Amino acid sequence: MYRLGIDVGGTNTDAIILNDRLQVIASVKAHTTQNIESGIFNALTKVLQLAHISPSEITQAMLGTTQCTNAIVERKHLAKVGVLRVGYPATASVPPYTAWPEDMVEALGGYTAIVDGGFETDGRVLNEIDKKQIVNILSDWKGKVESVAITGVFSSVNDEQEEVVGKLAKQMLGEDVPVSLSSKIGSLGLIERENATILNASLAKVIQNTVDGFKKALENEGVVNARLYLCQNDGTLMSSEFARRYPILTIGSGPTNSIRGAAYLAEIRNAIVVDVGGTTTDLGVLQNGFPRESSLAIEVGGITTNFRMPDVISIGLGGGSIVTVNDDGSVSVGPKSVGYKIVEEAITFGGDTLTATDVAVRLGMSTVGNPERVAKKVDLGVAEKAMEEIKRMVEDAVDKMKTNANDASIVLVGGGSIIVPEKLAGVSKAVKDQLGSVANAIGASIAQISGQIEQIYVYSEQNREESLNDAQRQAADLAKEAGADANTLELVEVEEIPIAYNADGSTKVRVKIVGDLS
Amino acid sequence: MRLIGREEIENIALGASFFGAGGGGNPYVGKMMAIAAVEKFGPVKLVSTDEIEEEDLFISVAGMGAPTVLAEKIPNGNEYRHAFEKISQYIGKQFTGVFPIEAGGVNSMIPLVVAAQLGIPLVDCDTMGRAFPELQMTTLHLGGINISPLVITDEKGNISVTETVTDKWAETILRAETTEMGGQAAVALYPCTGANLKQWGVHGIVSQCEVVGQMIEQASGSKEDPYEALLRETDGFHLFQGKIVDVIRTTKNGFNFGTIQIDGLDQNKGSRCEIDFQNENKIAKVDDRLSAVTPDLIILVDTETLVPVTTENLKYGKRVRVLATKANPLWRTKKGIETTGPRYFGYDMDFKPVEDLQKEEV
Repeated sequence: MYRLGIDVGGTNTDAIILNDRLQVIASVKAHTTQNIESGIFNALTKVLQLAHISPSEITQAMLGTTQCTNAIVERKHLAKVGVLRVGYPATASVPPYTAWPEDMVEALGGYTAIVDGGFETDGRVLNEIDKKQIVNILSDWKGKVESVAITGVFSSVNDEQEEVVGKLAKQMLGEDVPVSLSSKIGSLGLIERENATILNASLAKVIQNTVDGFKKALENEGVVNARLYLCQNDGTLMSSEFARRYPILTIGSGPTNSIRGAAYLAEIRNAIVVDVGGTTTDLGVLQNGFPRESSLAIEVGGITTNFRMPDVISIGLGGGSIVTVNDDGSVSVGPKSVGYKIVEEAITFGGDTLTATDVAVRLGMSTVGNPERVAKKVDLGVAEKAMEEIKRMVEDAVDKMKTNANDASIVLVGGGSIIVPEKLAGVSKAVKDQLGSVANAIGASIAQISGQIEQIYVYSEQNREESLNDAQRQAADLAKEAGADANTLELVEVEEIPIAYNADGSTKVRVKIVGDLS
Repeated sequence: MRLIGREEIENIALGASFFGAGGGGNPYVGKMMAIAAVEKFGPVKLVSTDEIEEEDLFISVAGMGAPTVLAEKIPNGNEYRHAFEKISQYIGKQFTGVFPIEAGGVNSMIPLVVAAQLGIPLVDCDTMGRAFPELQMTTLHLGGINISPLVITDEKGNISVTETVTDKWAETILRAETTEMGGQAAVALYPCTGANLKQWGVHGIVSQCEVVGQMIEQASGSKEDPYEALLRETDGFHLFQGKIVDVIRTTKNGFNFGTIQIDGLDQNKGSRCEIDFQNENKIAKVDDRLSAVTPDLIILVDTETLVPVTTENLKYGKRVRVLATKANPLWRTKKGIETTGPRYFGYDMDFKPVEDLQKEEV
């Protein structure tokens, strides 16, 4: 019994194999290719050779991929989408696609309609749906749209109308035209949720190619007994069937996997992950084993959405950051960097540019390159001042990500992590690991399954306990549907936000449940 | 007179979240409505109070209700026009233009929608110079100009014309109607003359929103300290810099109440700032010493981006700068302080101007 984790990034495709005790037995890096299939195939071939196991012994295969993000950013391979908004007479003042980039609207065909329907915030019907009206629009779209996005007003309070309209769409356009319902995708905020739903619908073909490509690569290598999973951006997995319906959930899974992989290596559930690259350092927060989500509206390819994304910040500090001595004697580090040219330009590698890596070597924190050359060429005073600056930058960034005033544990990963000193203010423990460079693929292979729900409850009608129970039940159902083992479900997040100007006790509730793979 | 198009709208909306002083809600939906309206009907004419005729009639149009409902149940777009037409019909006279009731949040944007639809001018003034939660908290009210007759309507077409004995009654009755209409409604209110606006409006506020919005938008790219420039532009006072360490929230009678605790950073290290909010920020204290109090504006901005932080977006760990600006002089009169001063909001203290409080500190 083995697990295979694959991470397809912009530059590299990483593959790792874990045994049933979740120990890494082989890991490789290969170049990402134009067609995802051959890149996966190359990485897979190499990692299987290294692991010395039979491909048929792999029982679970996880894929983390940026294919969907790239498709949106590049406007490529996107489906023609029929956008149906259910909420007239409300909402007409902001039609679908308002403030979208024009090339994106063009790529998706620009088919939109606002039809009668919707609910009020307290669950009353805003307007009844008119099936005839919807049937007329759908028959117009037949043969033109490849995917449908349906968004109803207050569908998070009641999703009945969205479901009915979704069934009509299937009847009219055929079972092979995928239907995306907004209540399954985003949270409150009609415009942002509709945008996310449209993007989800537009990815129907991309996700099909990705999943099929993954399957084919596995079959070609003889991995025939594995269940297939795709990584979501909250650090959990979805079955390949689920992914076909919710491809948008793969967006942002890269940083998430890196955070989770790093934490797994360090055996920590609550920590700040500091990923030090050549030019930048990314920081993310691990909360109860999962990345903390950003509470801000997220833009994808120039489109504002409100679906969840990991809360990540970047600072201009890395192993290749250029160190400058200013006129007043102070020393600054970055944001300019020698980048991938570090192997030629850094002093320790025979070059003439003083980098953060040289500073670390001068101070004995690393022996990479030629320490003797560095000792001759780099002034100790300058190196000490530079290190103070590096320390201050990291301490500041760590403090920004903190959730409370206590000292935090941090996990250091990435090729540049040698430049970070072990003792930092506000940090109780700093951990580094050798396998840090394939943290993404590790994150992919250890992910769990989750279900999440966000809904408004009126506590004066349904008391708080019942409401929270209901939300948990719904989240648990979603997790089970995504492939979680019902016996391992665990509540990891509850958030309650009271709503102003509303019936007393109206509260927005958000609940997340996770479980192991079944 | 000048034209307001998409770019100007983006800046005005950002500036509106500054002058909202924590309240007014996120202008996002209003901004999208205004953008959709100018894209369909063309840009809006913005006229200064110097350019309007004394005897011409003007009216404000606004949204009422919870920002969270608005974000989901977006208006039809014709409500504001219906309200505007109904009030003209009721009074039997034509209105020349519209003005925003408040500079903060969504209501900074709504008049742009109806101005675009009807091709009428937007007057560069409002009736608060900031945001306030109740309909009688306006400078027109201070000038004795009646809020009614007024019109309230919803996206379904329900419409009512209301005349009230006081402006405060309008607040009470319309709030009840708003709840029944689904937590979100459109109103046309404060019918008045050009002369009234010249005497009692807060002049130039739309343009000021735009200037401030532009400064915030360009803050990250600017060379000189953009925060200092912002203080200069708004004649503001820097009160505190720190990190939010606690937010206690309560909802009372449908309003959003709470307290923010901020721990000092840099020059404020070791100090603590406490801010009380009731929709908007009402009182700021540093180490238990009063720094600013309503009706003066207390504003939180992100330390780095200077993007205003509204009471809905308060979050542990957020780095903020706290500043205060002087309320319009009309608010600092006896009647102004009675209407929006600390005692009206239930605080047992007298109003003191922010500039005096800052002097005391020195």
